[in-house]
Amino acid sequence: MDGVYLLFILMLSIFVGFELIQKVPATLHTPLMSGANAISGITVVGALALAGSEGMGEYAAYIGAFAVFLATINVVGGYLVTDRMLAMFKKKQ
Amino acid sequence: MIDVISTDLTSTTDLVINFTYVVAAALFILGLKLLGHPSSARKGNALSSIAMLLAIVVTLFDKQIVNFELIAIAMIAGSIVGIFAARLIAMTAMPELVSLLNGIGGLASLFVAWSTIEGNSQLSHFVLIVTFLALLIGGVTFSGSLIAWAKLSERITGKSITFSGQAIFNLLLVATITFAGYLFVTQPELAPSTTTVLYISVGLALLFGMMLVLPIGGADMPVVISLLNSYSGLAACAAGFALQNNILIVAGSLVGASGIILTQIMCKAMNRSLSNVLFSGFKTVVKNEMVIEGEVKPLSAEDAYYVLEAAQSVVVIPGYGMAVAQAQHVMKELQLLLEKNGAEVAYAIHPVAGRMPGHMNVLLAEADVSYEQLFEMDEINKRIHNFDVAMVIGANDVVNPAAREMKGSPIYGMPVINADLAKNVFVLKRGMASGFAGVDNPLFFKPNTRMIFGDAKETLNSMIRQFSD
Repeated sequence: MDGVYLLFILMLSIFVGFELIQKVPATLHTPLMSGANAISGITVVGALALAGSEGMGEYAAYIGAFAVFLATINVVGGYLVTDRMLAMFKKKQ
Repeated sequence: MIDVISTDLTSTTDLVINFTYVVAAALFILGLKLLGHPSSARKGNALSSIAMLLAIVVTLFDKQIVNFELIAIAMIAGSIVGIFAARLIAMTAMPELVSLLNGIGGLASLFVAWSTIEGNSQLSHFVLIVTFLALLIGGVTFSGSLIAWAKLSERITGKSITFSGQAIFNLLLVATITFAGYLFVTQPELAPSTTTVLYISVGLALLFGMMLVLPIGGADMPVVISLLNSYSGLAACAAGFALQNNILIVAGSLVGASGIILTQIMCKAMNRSLSNVLFSGFKTVVKNEMVIEGEVKPLSAEDAYYVLEAAQSVVVIPGYGMAVAQAQHVMKELQLLLEKNGAEVAYAIHPVAGRMPGHMNVLLAEADVSYEQLFEMDEINKRIHNFDVAMVIGANDVVNPAAREMKGSPIYGMPVINADLAKNVFVLKRGMASGFAGVDNPLFFKPNTRMIFGDAKETLNSMIRQFSD
């Protein structure tokens, strides 16, 4: 049942995603992609539990910690570079 | 999942965590919504980052997490790398950065899947299937993105790399991966240990990612980057299924949807299907019987100035060449001079100009060109015949009239900016080489076209000098 419930969430969020992204103008497609990079860093949330738990053995924790490291690069790098880009988009004075 | 009735401490924490995830999901969605207009986009990005922060902080309250040392080290190290990457990257190198970030995202999901397998011995078939998917998509995203990055930064040739028997090799690879997946999920007694199957699967996934991107040429990079962007989201999504984590699924599928839409837009702008881009590339150009009539008429920058000085309206059509020559800043200077001289200046951006979606827009934004002066192809085509001058800077295939008028041309049917319909066309170009598609461009031979050979930045600079004199 859990799997079906998760599929439900997947289906709804894909539809929301399609609706939202279609409205993003072409001029913002590069920041959209780097912003998406940052959002895909959400893996960090999953990796945290793996890196921090004790019951799964040291090896699993190290691999989890490496995943935290990688996903953090995505989150921090992605949001910062997107912000840097978006700050440049200006209206005519 | 959440047991709402029981009130002991653990489930209260779970409840708080999951409730915060709901808030974070809403903020992610709101953030993307604000990305719908340049004036609100920055706020949208900030909102999205707040959502991420919320999700991360609340996750740390998870009772499962007891060892914070490793986490702290990993997060600090990751933040440092991220800050440096974001601060130091040049705007022209954006496609490289995005493909690297795609790859890192994929790799992170791969390691999450790996750690899940390593840390749990009793996993249901469902979890094993989705874990394998996370491993596979993550691996493909990682190695594919690395190849894309190497092609973009010209560490390897930007041309399509193929070998004979590639199709059969790829088929065999897919079959092997499927078999590995079967062993991974069912774990029959005769099979090698799960860890061995895991290593082999990772290797196969990495190989598959390379095979996917190697045959794709430089001009098709916008499609590949968008697709890998989508994969990095889907990998996070699969990891979310493996960990039964809602927020991973929501955020991952938002990214997946975004990448898929961009991929579609890019394919449409090249009049090709996705499978055509992935599996055939531009086939070697068939000998064209059609003869292009006319002759190439070169013009000096000095003479071009006289035309520009008299022009009432100028449309600039940039391509990848503008990025290479770093000519966006001098173009902005010239724009100001033209405007002071009473001319209207517009920029026409083709969806696949450059190496990634929106590449030209970012470069022009960097040079302080207002986004209100950038127009999409369809908008500009409606009124291109009113422009006195069309200046093509380092673009080729996206202004090729063969797409409109030469049946049998490999790019026939691709929507292009009809630069040739403007009263005068200036093409700023290094030499007479054909574009990435390897197709001759009849635009260069039109009676109203003048070629201004040389480095685009130099050419624009000498025009600026003429204006100042």
